[in-house]
Amino acid sequence: MSSSNLNDESNLPAGAQATAGERPTIAKPRLRSPGGETTADVATQAKLEVEGLNFYYGQFHALKDISMTVPANRVTAFIGPSGCGKSTLLRCFNRIHDLYPGMRTEGKLLLDGQDINDGKVDVNLLRARIGMVFQRPTPFPMSVFDNIAFGVKLYERLSAREMAERVEWALRKAALWDEVKDKLRQSGQALSGGQQQRLCIARSIAIKPEVILLDEPTSALDPISTGYIEDLVNELKQDYTIVIVTHNMQQAARVSDMTAFMYLGELIEYDRTSKIFTQPGNKRTEDYITGRYG
Amino acid sequence: MSSEQSRSDQPHHLGANRRELRLLARNGMIDRWFERGTCSFAVLVLALLGAIMLSLLISAWPALATYGADFFTQTRWSANQEVFGAWPAIYGTLVTSLIAVAIAVPVSFGIAIFLTEKCPAALRRPLGVTIELLAGIPSIIYGMWGIMVLGPFLQWLAPELFPAGTGLATAGIILAVMIIPFITAITRDVMSTVPSVTRESAYGLGCTTWEVVRSVIFPSVRGGLVGGVILGLGRALGETMAVAFVIGNNLFLHPTLTGQGTSIAALIASQFPEADGIQRSALLALGLVLFLITFVVLAIARYMLMRIERRAP
Amino acid sequence: MRNENSVYRRRRLINRSIMTLCVSAAVFGIVWLLLILFTLVWQGTTALSLEVFTERTRMSGGGLGNAIIGSLIMTVGGTVVGTIVGIAAGTWLAEYGGRSRLATVIRFINDVLLSAPSIIIGLFIYAVVVLPMGRFSGWAGIAALAVIIIPVVIRSTEDMLKLVPNTLREAASALGAHRWWVVVRVCYSGARAGIITGVLLGCARISGETAPLIFTSLNSNQWNFFNLGSEMPNLPMTLYQNMTINSFIPRQVELAWAGALILTAAILILNIIARIVSRESNKR
Repeated sequence: MSSSNLNDESNLPAGAQATAGERPTIAKPRLRSPGGETTADVATQAKLEVEGLNFYYGQFHALKDISMTVPANRVTAFIGPSGCGKSTLLRCFNRIHDLYPGMRTEGKLLLDGQDINDGKVDVNLLRARIGMVFQRPTPFPMSVFDNIAFGVKLYERLSAREMAERVEWALRKAALWDEVKDKLRQSGQALSGGQQQRLCIARSIAIKPEVILLDEPTSALDPISTGYIEDLVNELKQDYTIVIVTHNMQQAARVSDMTAFMYLGELIEYDRTSKIFTQPGNKRTEDYITGRYG
Repeated sequence: MSSEQSRSDQPHHLGANRRELRLLARNGMIDRWFERGTCSFAVLVLALLGAIMLSLLISAWPALATYGADFFTQTRWSANQEVFGAWPAIYGTLVTSLIAVAIAVPVSFGIAIFLTEKCPAALRRPLGVTIELLAGIPSIIYGMWGIMVLGPFLQWLAPELFPAGTGLATAGIILAVMIIPFITAITRDVMSTVPSVTRESAYGLGCTTWEVVRSVIFPSVRGGLVGGVILGLGRALGETMAVAFVIGNNLFLHPTLTGQGTSIAALIASQFPEADGIQRSALLALGLVLFLITFVVLAIARYMLMRIERRAP
Repeated sequence: MRNENSVYRRRRLINRSIMTLCVSAAVFGIVWLLLILFTLVWQGTTALSLEVFTERTRMSGGGLGNAIIGSLIMTVGGTVVGTIVGIAAGTWLAEYGGRSRLATVIRFINDVLLSAPSIIIGLFIYAVVVLPMGRFSGWAGIAALAVIIIPVVIRSTEDMLKLVPNTLREAASALGAHRWWVVVRVCYSGARAGIITGVLLGCARISGETAPLIFTSLNSNQWNFFNLGSEMPNLPMTLYQNMTINSFIPRQVELAWAGALILTAAILILNIIARIVSRESNKR
């Protein structure tokens, strides 16, 4: 893959010594990876930290001792073959697994240094802080406007005017405003697939979360809509920490700053995207990226 | 799960402000009450069945205790002499329902096969809708038609068999007419669940329509067909109004198919308003018997459906 | 085709004869049903007049006005009570019950109630409401009709909520919505049309129920608007009595057919509305 596909290097948290971050750094000197290799230190604030995370679907051990740090205001991509646990890991971040019985999490998952599996954390508030967009567009069976107002009304009380402003702001942010400004009262399910997905992103943005989780957001979309969404991701990382799961390696290369490669429930390698795609440290990562399996 | 603790005074981990905390507390409480509230309504259904069983048993007890096993074997029901034998009513219920199913099943299957396989496309929808609407007509209309039209017609057709036009067979025919739309609608729905690819591949082998239906469609939806027929049987067993008009209300056992007789539901409907004391108790005992019969039929249906589903590939 | 062999001829013959049987079964069944509709419309329209709606029922002659009003009141009452209980219970089964033992048992019980003979429900309400109260009443009628409609509503609510994709629940939860709000705002709006259809069909079913009313509301010749503590006039019972104990009076039989036509028309209209509601939602 050509390096022109990769992101601008200057955008990245550079190597161990380069502390040229525009943000104050938090002491997070080492990034562990299960292979025992040390990877580059991340010179930016850690938003999410995972320490020794194990996850079980009933008897099935789906995530095996995952440890990693997701930097703030960066795009982190999870790649790997189907069933490797990347979506499962993503869904641990906002505890969506809690909806179903028989799921068990062990280990630590910290948001800004606070364990989210702690009994004191209200799971609903956590989900308001960590937004999520799913593989298939999930517009609610209500109007475009109400789709966005739904989430805002949960924790804020706004006047009708403020709400209209907020909806417009979110739709503009999601690059959807021009297309739907005359259809705000129509059903959200009447939009096209790509528009629906951007509506879902707008819905997540509208409640001003800190982190946005994207679970293969473009896998059900056509190339043009995919392009829109990728531009949007680039746009959004100014304000949000973004974690994206993707099947598509080019996409990971295009949009992400950090990339984690997972295989059979293990985190094989986690590093800067440019490094993963040019000089992967692990044989399996290299095999996957060059298309030997997957 | 964690909303309980989040109401404590400690500062919240996620840096929630006062308003958010208040909202969380409120919503957490509604959450718990919503689940409890809906759950209690669901449990109410459980209690309902228990209450039906119990109330019938309690009010039927005097009669059951007085007559014991005789209640089921006595061959006549005579309120004046306080002789209460349920057998004529049970016999009538079973015979009318079996006649109904025997007539309704072939006809319904025929209509369903016609609708799904042979019917011209323009007729398919209107006919299907008509059948479904007919399934909604209240049973009392069928009963009225039975006494007004069918009874006199049968009397005219075969005076030696139907001296009064009414009887078990008349009731059976009325019940059949009543459950035909019901069984047809279920059969058609079940048959249309067979994927058209399966159907087309059988036709592609050169099968005739009947061979496709018999060897491909029926085997793959056996469970649904059996279920539909048994639900129809359940309806016929418990039906009151379609039967009450035409069964003849003869309270002595006549082991024939065409003679006048009675069924459990018809007997209850005709005698209950004037009944008192032990007679009322005996009628309630009959109700209990009817409930148990339909319960057993339903349980058998479910058991068969389960077995067939498990056997299916 | 020249190389038709005997096997093929035989198969074709069997197919022909069975298909002929099917067509004749269809004709047979449909003629039968049309005959009933024809009798109903013929007998009903000849007896129909304005007085049928404005006069109350009498020993002889009169109209059906009070019976229609009474039926309306009891059907609406039963539907309201049954809808509240049914939707709540159906919600629990679909959203919280899952595959737990309690939910499985309740589902089975609901199936039993769904196919329980309506006369049994009448006897039950008689034993638990009419006997203790000491008289037949509109309340008892409403209770009986509610018990009949509850399982219908539970079934359709549960089925319709199960059709709402789980991803929608996840998406709403992922925004930080509490479970109850997800159910009320997202799941209900997705399942609304289906639930309404179920309620309408259930309402159609109970409005024609006769057997349970014999032991609960009985019947009355008086106007009774909202005195639910006493006997309630109603259409199905009037038909039943006019066709049995009063059948020697020709006018009563005529009135019964007029009432049958009104009842059937009302039920067909309910069914058709239900059909339109569900089709509209499918279109979207």
